[in-house]
Amino acid sequence: MVVLSVNDLSASYRKNVVLHDVSFQIESGTLTGIVGPNGAGKSTLLKSILGLHPILSGSVSFFGSSLEKVKKRIGYVPQRGSVDWDFPTNALDVVTMGLYGQIGWLKWPTRLHRKKAMEALEKMGMADYAQRQISQLSGGQQQRVFLARALVQEADLYFMDEPLAGVDAATERAIMSTLQELKAKGKTVMVVHHDLQTVQDYFDHVLLLNRTVIAHGKTDEVFTAEAIAKTYGGTLKLAKEGTGYVHIIKQ
Amino acid sequence: MSILLSSNAQWVLISTMLLGIAAGLIGTLSYWKKQSLMSDALAHACLPGIVIAFFILGEKNLPVLLIGAAISGLIGALCIQWIRAFTRIKDDTAMGMILSVFFGLGIMLLTIANRMPGGNQSGLGGFIFGQAAAMVKQDVYTMSILALVVIAAVILPFKEWKLFLFDPDFAQGLGLPIKALNGLYTVLVVMAVVVGIQAVGVILIAAMLIIPAVSARYWTHSFKWMMVLSALFGGAAGAVGTIISALGEGWPTGPFIIVTVSAMFLFSLLFGLEKGLLVQYIQHRRQKRAVSPDPVPPDWGISTKVREG
Repeated sequence: MVVLSVNDLSASYRKNVVLHDVSFQIESGTLTGIVGPNGAGKSTLLKSILGLHPILSGSVSFFGSSLEKVKKRIGYVPQRGSVDWDFPTNALDVVTMGLYGQIGWLKWPTRLHRKKAMEALEKMGMADYAQRQISQLSGGQQQRVFLARALVQEADLYFMDEPLAGVDAATERAIMSTLQELKAKGKTVMVVHHDLQTVQDYFDHVLLLNRTVIAHGKTDEVFTAEAIAKTYGGTLKLAKEGTGYVHIIKQ
Repeated sequence: MSILLSSNAQWVLISTMLLGIAAGLIGTLSYWKKQSLMSDALAHACLPGIVIAFFILGEKNLPVLLIGAAISGLIGALCIQWIRAFTRIKDDTAMGMILSVFFGLGIMLLTIANRMPGGNQSGLGGFIFGQAAAMVKQDVYTMSILALVVIAAVILPFKEWKLFLFDPDFAQGLGLPIKALNGLYTVLVVMAVVVGIQAVGVILIAAMLIIPAVSARYWTHSFKWMMVLSALFGGAAGAVGTIISALGEGWPTGPFIIVTVSAMFLFSLLFGLEKGLLVQYIQHRRQKRAVSPDPVPPDWGISTKVREG
């Protein structure tokens, strides 16, 4: 079943067109990595899909419907750097924000909501930090809080913007096992990813992006040396080893 | 002191207190929206509207003057947004431009108004530095109701404001109408300014929107308590400033309120429990001692460098 369908999407940032003729369809239950060089429009793609960034042309449909109708089924994890972590609040409170849609506008969270948020924190191994000021959390811990906030939304389709950027190894493992769990439950996840080395291990599908879709499909079919070279242009040198894994040397 | 005993003075006191509370709450929103200067620009932008409303009406009728103030404040806000969106001029420059241009226009119109027959007695000049004593009961009611509306508009959607300020993108993903909230925020800032115009004046009202929130930041790590404290600081400053200004004949209220709130800020800066200067100094000393246990390290002829943390 197709859960997300993007047709001829284009978007600009300041005066430059950063995305053009972007078309792809995402099947339910897939875990897709969005990969491309800096400035390829990965974040802009997520934001345009979610209506957070104006699109110039094209259309997006979710579960065969419009965004407005299915907002509750969609979860979003913004880049960690997009918020001010000095904001005076604690980890539990941030996770509770994921429930605001369910709580309803103008209503206050109940004990039940706090319990739900606490469970999500536990799942991310952050139970001991529930009352901790978010400014005092490490980068990895902040990212786990963001993940927990998305989990409580109980969405069917998740968009995550670089959840693995700048996090420690333990957090990376915790996040990836959470993503695998979501996938096992039949949820669909799209992740902006920057580390080419781990693409094959982490994602069953990959979307190579550089202002437009270079390749999209099953990782073992599309994530080839040629496709990567095409995506990254002349900025990368590729070396193939006997194992069949693609090794990338950054210049 | 006798002026404080009259029932009118008590009402004035209540209205400046409500003004302080409203300004303290809105100030907390501005602080986390990182738009503290915006309130200053909007306040200055209100002045021409007041005088133009006076021209049209030919007399001083407070509700009408306030509507004029609100309209020209909102026009100022729209100008800033327009400059930001369609030119390469940056935020702070846009605000500086609107602030000075509108205020200059206001002063020019005020000069003309004062030369008109009866204009000199209008007391329009009181809007620059505030003149709480000049308020009559009707004015007090108008201000108090406006202040209560502002207070309610911040408190009722409290969790929505929090999410809006912390993570607007995520908020929009949840279906929170971000554009509407942005509009409401601007309207509330203008309303808070308008409420304070007669008591504090267009120049100093910005301080009421900035200083209580900054002071509150030194005492708490919770958004809710920052709001509560900011409202308390604002309310207390409004009341104390009004009482002091009532002690002398014709003393402007605005400056006394601002001096009071500034004293609160100074106290918070020095003694605040969260990163107040004293607490920071003590913590630094303690850490230093923990790193080097000997109070006076023996001199073995080797130069040691104490690492500053």
